Amino acid sequence: MKTYIIICLSATMLALGGLLAINVLGDDPAMQGYQIGDRATDFSLRNVDGAMVSLSDYRDAKGFLVIFTCNTCPYAIAYEDRIIALDKKYRPFGVPVIAIQPNSPEAKPGESMEKMRERAAEKNFPFPYLLDEGQKIYPQYGASRTPHVFLLEKTGSGNMVRYIGAIDDNYRDASQVEEKFVEKAVDALLGGRPIELETTKAIGCSIK
Amino acid sequence: MSRLFSFFGLLFLLVGCGEKKSDQQEVSGEVPGSQVGDPLADAADVAFPVLDFESFEPLLHQDDGKTYIINFWATWCKPCLEEMPHFERINAEERENGVEVILVSLDLPNMWKSRLEPYVENKGIQSKVVILDDPKQNQWIPKVSEDWGGGIPATLIYNTDRRSFHERGFTYEQLKTELEAFIN
Repeated sequence: MKTYIIICLSATMLALGGLLAINVLGDDPAMQGYQIGDRATDFSLRNVDGAMVSLSDYRDAKGFLVIFTCNTCPYAIAYEDRIIALDKKYRPFGVPVIAIQPNSPEAKPGESMEKMRERAAEKNFPFPYLLDEGQKIYPQYGASRTPHVFLLEKTGSGNMVRYIGAIDDNYRDASQVEEKFVEKAVDALLGGRPIELETTKAIGCSIK
Repeated sequence: MSRLFSFFGLLFLLVGCGEKKSDQQEVSGEVPGSQVGDPLADAADVAFPVLDFESFEPLLHQDDGKTYIINFWATWCKPCLEEMPHFERINAEERENGVEVILVSLDLPNMWKSRLEPYVENKGIQSKVVILDDPKQNQWIPKVSEDWGGGIPATLIYNTDRRSFHERGFTYEQLKTELEAFIN
């Protein structure tokens, strides 16, 4: 009987250990995340105005610019005006910006819903600015830094990932930009052309 | 008016970077509002070499028998500052083993004098500091390492025989262990 209990306990612990290991791997955003062509998950996240927002709310959308950004990262701040401009330019064409703040307010008090609300009001964000409460969404997307853009195309079989990366090629000076990665990608999408540059890399603030 | 906005923008930024309150006040007290507006105003007389990627790249390929630890960081990156003492310690302890730490700042130009210089001075940083200032990140990030997604802290360790890249923070022990493969 004693042996049986020990075996049972050991088996349970092994199983638990296995589960834990899988969970750790699954939680590491560097280990996974979307590739071009993957179907992106929808979500229901709270906006700064208190309402819950999902991609499925946008019945007439052709796609989405899901942008992981935040209040405090210098790069994110440098891109705020350009994110606003993207929304103004492409929302009328059915590709609105959906901004998601992925940092944990516990780890970074400057990223609380209250601070997000303040920032959204100061900058008059025309797009939803959602808190990834519990940090369930950004690891699925594989967002690793802010700002980090995911262009999705709405299709009959879901929202497909078409571009992942940076907004353009000059974080520090919008007037010196030579290549507008996101605009090129959205223009191609709307024009039914293949997207030439589907992924780009940039320095950003690690998500915590 | 825009100056006022910039000043508040910077204040916001300083407050947001997770520093201790006393630091914020010190730093923001040192930044004259007039310097904040122009991101390139301070470029001329900054205390560290300001390199574009082309002039920086040779630092990634020195073939002189030494082991180089190239750490990418910024003053706004809290985990970077947390691991900084370990890199300083390794730089001091392992110098006689032919190890050199190079701290590559990715701070934005308007932070070079207001944040980077005071930080390096106040902390008494002994490792070599250079500023990598090249907006074409999509072109140069893969040249540092194909494995680099763009997050910092990030560290490249290399010598003639070996090369390893890490997009994460280090404890002293981890850094020491990683280094052992290079110097033994």
